[in-house]
Amino acid sequence: MFAVNPSAILRLGLWMALSIVTMTVDHRYHYLDGVRDVLATAFYPLHYLVRLPTDTRNWLTENLATRGALLEENARLREKQIFLNAQLQKLTTLEAENRRLRSLLESAVNTPERVLIAEMLAVDFDPYRHYILLNRGRRHGVYVGQPALDQHGIIGQIVRADPFTSTAILITDSNHALPIQINRTGVRTLALGTGNFQELELPHIPNNEDVKVGDLLVTSGLGGRFPRGYPVGTVTRVEFDPGSPFARIIAKPVAQLDRIREVMLLEQGATESEPAAPAAPAAPQQP
Amino acid sequence: MTTAPRAGGWVIALSFLVAFLLAGVPLPDSLDRFRPDWVAMVLIYWGMALPHRVGIGVGWLVGLLLDVGRGALLGQHALALAAVAYLTGQTYRRIRVVPPWQQAFSILVLLLVEQVLVFWISGVIGYPPRDWWYLAPAVGGMVCWPLLFVILRDVRRYFQVT
Repeated sequence: MFAVNPSAILRLGLWMALSIVTMTVDHRYHYLDGVRDVLATAFYPLHYLVRLPTDTRNWLTENLATRGALLEENARLREKQIFLNAQLQKLTTLEAENRRLRSLLESAVNTPERVLIAEMLAVDFDPYRHYILLNRGRRHGVYVGQPALDQHGIIGQIVRADPFTSTAILITDSNHALPIQINRTGVRTLALGTGNFQELELPHIPNNEDVKVGDLLVTSGLGGRFPRGYPVGTVTRVEFDPGSPFARIIAKPVAQLDRIREVMLLEQGATESEPAAPAAPAAPQQP
Repeated sequence: MTTAPRAGGWVIALSFLVAFLLAGVPLPDSLDRFRPDWVAMVLIYWGMALPHRVGIGVGWLVGLLLDVGRGALLGQHALALAAVAYLTGQTYRRIRVVPPWQQAFSILVLLLVEQVLVFWISGVIGYPPRDWWYLAPAVGGMVCWPLLFVILRDVRRYFQVT
């Protein structure tokens, strides 16, 4: 029928030009967020359909678990709760003391945070970008820039909030930088994502700095995105190269980024006021 | 543009829906690297079987949906799939006369074109691929092509999609 079709190349050119326009507009100006919202909402049932087999299996294992197994799990959880409660008691006194000391120093009081629990939708994105899709969106109060944690530590922050879903960037994405502090010494630096779930890179630490394998990294609170003091990772490798001005330091995130199921989204009342310091903000930055 | 009879459009739509589902189903890491781009393969199939119905425009639209589903830049997969649909439209006469396992090699080339375009755009916006593994889905697609071809051909004949 179309033995020779000179119009095909023309049509291809038109469609390609259109995609270049949409990409530019999407990337630079965000005019298409409304379109994306509508389409993302249309995709919502699809995401649930994909999750259905896994959800069904979980539901079945929970409902068909034997009485013995449930009792055992119950006992284990109770034990853990007692343990955590004991720790919490200590924490409340410490928090009160901290608040008192801070008020004595007339510095900003830590604002308490509210937590929103979101589940990861079992959807695989592009394996080279560490983004995850969550089942809570703007309707539930999710906003762009909201920090996300799992039970071990920081996992990332929200980069897009659709009406019913949201997308979070993980701290290991190669475009993410997180302002951190080494807990033992208080040295401030950034934790850069490497594109590998097990590695964070700490740039700009001089060769003579005191950094040891096993040091805990916590958020420094600079940049205003992340509250301070949440665990981020532990140092796994320190290499001093006399030829380069900075040490090569690799850390491993404490959060299990490749096994995320539930995510806690912190809702901060107000960002902690902290004197400005020479550190980059937590926003995704170009490497 | 064409006066050919049109029937069974819903079969085409449903096959794309299944492809979207397959693109999102969780897989073990080792297999995940080779996960074929089902949407692109379904597009190539229909582009070959019914070139008067499924062309560049459909490819672009499906690609746009894939962008939303994957959270990619709007237009990234749209551009790549429009290009794939165009190449399919230009070459289907040569590809569809050979048995499926031989078609698989042509499909590999088409899928490689798609991957390269998608990752080229990712590179432009600051996500250059770290290694050569990003081409692995095309290989997975080549391996799965004969199966997909046979299934979709039977579906097309059963429902008499024209």
